[in-house]
Amino acid sequence: MKNIGQNASEVRNLVTGLARPHASACPPVFSTGLTELDAHLGGGLRREAVHELFGADPGQTQAADGFALGFALRSEPKNLVWVVHTRAFSEAGLPYGPGVEDWGLETRSLVMVTVRDTAHLLSAGEEALASGAADAVLMSAWGDGPAFTLTASRRLALAAGRGRSTGFFVRAAARPAPSAAETRWRVRAAPSAPLEAQAPGSSALAVELLRTRSGAPSGQWIVEWDREARTFAAPSASRGLVSLPADRANGADQDGRRVA
Amino acid sequence: MERTRTVEGSPDAPLVLIDKVGGALRLAAVDPNALAEGLSPGMTLADARARAPELKAEPYEPDADAKLLGRLLEDFGRFTPMAALDPSHGLILDVTGCGPLFGGELALGQAVKARTTRFGLTARLALAGTPQSARALCRFGSGGMFSTESARRAIRALPVSALEISDRDTQALRRAGLKTIGDVDERPRASLAARFGAALPTRLDRLLELEDARITPHRPAAPIRADRMLLEPITEDAHVETVLGDLLADVCVLLERSGQGARVLRLRLFRVDDGVRWLEARSARPTRDPRMIARLFRERMTAEGEALDPGFGFDHLRLEVVLSEPLAAEQTAFDQQPSRSKALGDLTDRLAARLGEGAVLRVEAVDSHLPERATRWRPTSQAAMSKPDKVATPAGGTPVRPLRIFDPPQPIEAIALAPDSPPARFRWRRVDHRVVSSEGPERIEGEWWRRRERVRDYYRVEDAEGRRFWVFRAGLFGEEPPPRWYLHGLFP
Repeated sequence: MKNIGQNASEVRNLVTGLARPHASACPPVFSTGLTELDAHLGGGLRREAVHELFGADPGQTQAADGFALGFALRSEPKNLVWVVHTRAFSEAGLPYGPGVEDWGLETRSLVMVTVRDTAHLLSAGEEALASGAADAVLMSAWGDGPAFTLTASRRLALAAGRGRSTGFFVRAAARPAPSAAETRWRVRAAPSAPLEAQAPGSSALAVELLRTRSGAPSGQWIVEWDREARTFAAPSASRGLVSLPADRANGADQDGRRVA
Repeated sequence: MERTRTVEGSPDAPLVLIDKVGGALRLAAVDPNALAEGLSPGMTLADARARAPELKAEPYEPDADAKLLGRLLEDFGRFTPMAALDPSHGLILDVTGCGPLFGGELALGQAVKARTTRFGLTARLALAGTPQSARALCRFGSGGMFSTESARRAIRALPVSALEISDRDTQALRRAGLKTIGDVDERPRASLAARFGAALPTRLDRLLELEDARITPHRPAAPIRADRMLLEPITEDAHVETVLGDLLADVCVLLERSGQGARVLRLRLFRVDDGVRWLEARSARPTRDPRMIARLFRERMTAEGEALDPGFGFDHLRLEVVLSEPLAAEQTAFDQQPSRSKALGDLTDRLAARLGEGAVLRVEAVDSHLPERATRWRPTSQAAMSKPDKVATPAGGTPVRPLRIFDPPQPIEAIALAPDSPPARFRWRRVDHRVVSSEGPERIEGEWWRRRERVRDYYRVEDAEGRRFWVFRAGLFGEEPPPRWYLHGLFP
């Protein structure tokens, strides 16, 4: 009997191995493109997990979206599902095809799902994560709600593991609350390094790492998105000019990075 | 056929429906009691009251009648997929080959009669070889089941009005001494055609079942379909799913045999009492995977506001393939994971079934240079077959199009230092923004074929806090009305 049991488990292992041919193909983390950020995170951001991104205020929705989309692009997804709460349309606008393309994502690999309420947002996001169909799932929620519970975030995290998909949960106009997210960020737009003739330069974002499950300390960085190389980079020419908003008491030092 | 209604008073009181015709109130329909009193449609209400003072008059509502008849027509889909309206207030069913399902044509007739009684209606049935003869036997005869021989005999005895030609022609036939269809039939067709036109002999042939004509069904019958008639009505979703599973097995075999895959399937659920519910499942790609289709239907059943409402239960379910496309047989190796693109198609179908067609979208490029019309979001079910085009964007280090866009653009109050310079500051949603850097203008002309669209000068601006906006000035300096500023999108 023992023998049969052993054989059965061997077969089971074999079948699981067959069913997951790419089990070891992808490294468990992907690089953000910024060496110091990667080092801080212990190599990069984890795949098959959910990362939460909060807009610093309701007016920073697009900054959080842009940062999340940047992260998603760093994971090199073949296709991306973007679940959007329609309430954000009147507040922050409708996702714009050419703009998404401009940010570096080929729109032919994008599927947008619009949802009317948070319950549908969570269920559609979970379904997309668990289906194994999308490499990356971006969810853009608007506002707080009773549906955003610890359980809901655990479900999302489990679904990401099941579907081998990475989730980016953008929370606009919401306050950070306990969740099962792998990392939690707060994002706001930062003044860019101007080009010639006082033209706005590459999009700069002030990002703050609030929490990680791995226990890495929090920190602040100013990052710039390079849409052609599809990577985050340290702010270019004028680091000295970069300043964080005055309302941030423990603001960044001159390097644009806070030592935590 | 008349709508029955509860009317207070003596049940024997004649009931009539009245309608205003040319300024006078006339009877539009009468019930059997009224008929017994000698009342008939077309009579004025005053005359009718003189004959039967105790009569009850109710307004005639042709729209409500038509609605009821429409519901009946849907419900009669259970007897045959080929059903059509037969004005006025009639239905015509093509039951060719449907008899055996109900245990013979006689039993089918009884089932139809029982069904109409359930709706509270009085009906007269006639079953004959052609739609025209059945109609004539029903409307001008006393109805019944007819073979070709007996139908011909009965038709020949009908008055010439059963030909349903114009009143003048009917009169002319009568004056010529031709009182019945049989009389007309005995005349040579050529002389009839010469006197009354070629339509009359055709009519006559169709009535006498010498020529057959098909009916145009109210819904075209799907070539691939499966039916289940249930002895015991079912009410629970789980039971519906079980029956659906059986139907799917049948339909998928039929699909495979014809080398087709279903894109749109419709499940029709016939209620015992009254009415037909239906659910539709759509797939972006042709499929004949019963499990996947069942999942789509399950999404529809659990979708909000889509409760099945079985009433007293469903006793008949029909699954039809409304739209199909060729699908070659495929085989995947047993150790191979289904591809991600296939999985994505399944996912978008499921989400579209749950959230609605218009909620699952892909970008599609549109040939327009107005920014808000340059692309649009199209349901994946429609866009999936053609790959969306790559949206053309100019090369460069910084994005020139915003990630999110407002449609329509939002008006802002802006101050510019010169008539054609970027805004120095602007106010949007009661917040002031001081512009520290800007780029532009990028001039976009209105589409000349649409009127009242002004030239737009777009600027990419960044405020002191680092927020980046896409704003434009509509109109040129010196124009009337003066130029206006709008905020069109937000950059990250």
